[in-house]
Amino acid sequence: MLIKTPAKSALTENSVTDENVYTDRRSLLKKMGFLGAGTLLASSANAKGFDLFSSDEEAEAFKTKAIKYSPAKNTMKGEVLTPETKVISHNNFYEFGTKKSDPINNAQAFKVNPWTLKISGEVNKPFTLDYDDLFNKYTIEERIYRLRCVETWSMVIPWLGFSLSKIIKQADPTSKAKYVAFETLHDPEQMPGQRSRRVGGGIDYPYVEGLRMDEAMNPLTLMSVGLYGKTLPAQNGAPIRLVVPWKYGFKSIKSIVGIRLVEKMPPTTWNILAPSEYGFYANVNPAVDHPRWSQASERKITSGGLFSRNRIDTLPFNGYGEEVADMYKNMDLRKNY
Amino acid sequence: MQVKKYFPPIWLLKTFVHVFSLLPLINLYWLAFIDELGADPVKEVIHFTGIGALNLFLLSLTISPLAKFLKQGKLINLRRVVGLYAFFYAVLHVLNFLFFEVQFDFNLFIDEIFDRPYITIGMVALLILSALAITSINNIRRKMGKGWQKLHNLTYLAGILIVTHFYWSVKSELSSPLMYIAVLIFLLYLRRDKFRRWL
Repeated sequence: MLIKTPAKSALTENSVTDENVYTDRRSLLKKMGFLGAGTLLASSANAKGFDLFSSDEEAEAFKTKAIKYSPAKNTMKGEVLTPETKVISHNNFYEFGTKKSDPINNAQAFKVNPWTLKISGEVNKPFTLDYDDLFNKYTIEERIYRLRCVETWSMVIPWLGFSLSKIIKQADPTSKAKYVAFETLHDPEQMPGQRSRRVGGGIDYPYVEGLRMDEAMNPLTLMSVGLYGKTLPAQNGAPIRLVVPWKYGFKSIKSIVGIRLVEKMPPTTWNILAPSEYGFYANVNPAVDHPRWSQASERKITSGGLFSRNRIDTLPFNGYGEEVADMYKNMDLRKNY
Repeated sequence: MQVKKYFPPIWLLKTFVHVFSLLPLINLYWLAFIDELGADPVKEVIHFTGIGALNLFLLSLTISPLAKFLKQGKLINLRRVVGLYAFFYAVLHVLNFLFFEVQFDFNLFIDEIFDRPYITIGMVALLILSALAITSINNIRRKMGKGWQKLHNLTYLAGILIVTHFYWSVKSELSSPLMYIAVLIFLLYLRRDKFRRWL
């Protein structure tokens, strides 16, 4: 275990969940399952209406399964988890369409098994992980993190996974390894956004991201393989994704097939698309606005509908300053946004 | 012998406009209220009313070319009600932003209007629409004489500002704003003779 002392910013599931919800969680989960099934039925019924000419093959829903993990230990009061139904239906995953509801609708047939994650580059021991390795090779921990999207909404999500540092250490980096480059699966057959520039929001795929070595080795940096006790749904980046809680959400790249240790700062997708709006670092910073909107506050997505008062101040490094601010102490964060 | 083709009476068409403008709003706010409008109902109501305003605005610009094409002059009578609904949706669009997005943080609201060019031009478009809406009252219109038409020619400027506001607001998914821009260009092209006279 890398995290031993509870940090002030850390959250646990039972401290952040309303007690009524917590004690009633099993029946609530059942209800959610029921709702989920109903929704899927509805969407496959729709698909049938459109699919007049295709075979009578049933569109199957993406399956998640429960995984064993050690529960989050650390506490922080005053945070409420974003309901699972919202975590899995409000996604930016342009490979499956640019609307927030597109990924859950378009990713149901996504195949994640077999999967190969390749760790290579400036390392002495390159290796690959297959689908089962992702869940069996490392101890899976629960980590409850805030997620702050650059679009000024946020969530609180109970992730399951392991520190990226475990993978990196295992690969034994050479002295030339200064950055880590990540790559999402490129499979236009499965990902409509990669087939069509219109569906995919004009992005050049595959999606790529990067971290500096010290950021990658930070204990907070998580390789996530699940959320809410189960493997990741396709739309959340199955089977394995990055979660960097002190950076804007677009850094947390999904459905990763490649991790390469490199000497030079690697290109990153949103930075290529709009360099004046999205930097390499993309640390959550209320003092530095996006050119087109303020980053000083955010709306936390919880339950409650239109009238929930959910606007909160955005914290520097998304509240994880204690753990990460040191890495940037000699940097001008206005320039390195 | 000339057969008179049936054309629906204006009162019926106006009823359609009322129903198809108001029902979606009731549905929208109800679903948002009970938290059944996706994960983020706030974004949904803002986007729905914004796109709705643009749709109605472009529909109002379609009416006079359509009346000419169908040789149904009385269709012009629909222009005002459609235009007013476009204005109504645009007002809701801004109120949604104030009530639900920035949640009555007036400083943030004002800052966003002046600091963000795409919001600034959106607000300019709304000011134009407000002037057009107020002067659509018959008494005022009569008093304004020829000035009325001059003022209402600002519609075309508002159209350009609105589609720019939309284009500028998206992150990278440009296809939808580009489609709207194409429609607006077509509607302006139909009025090319009018613009030529101004030169």
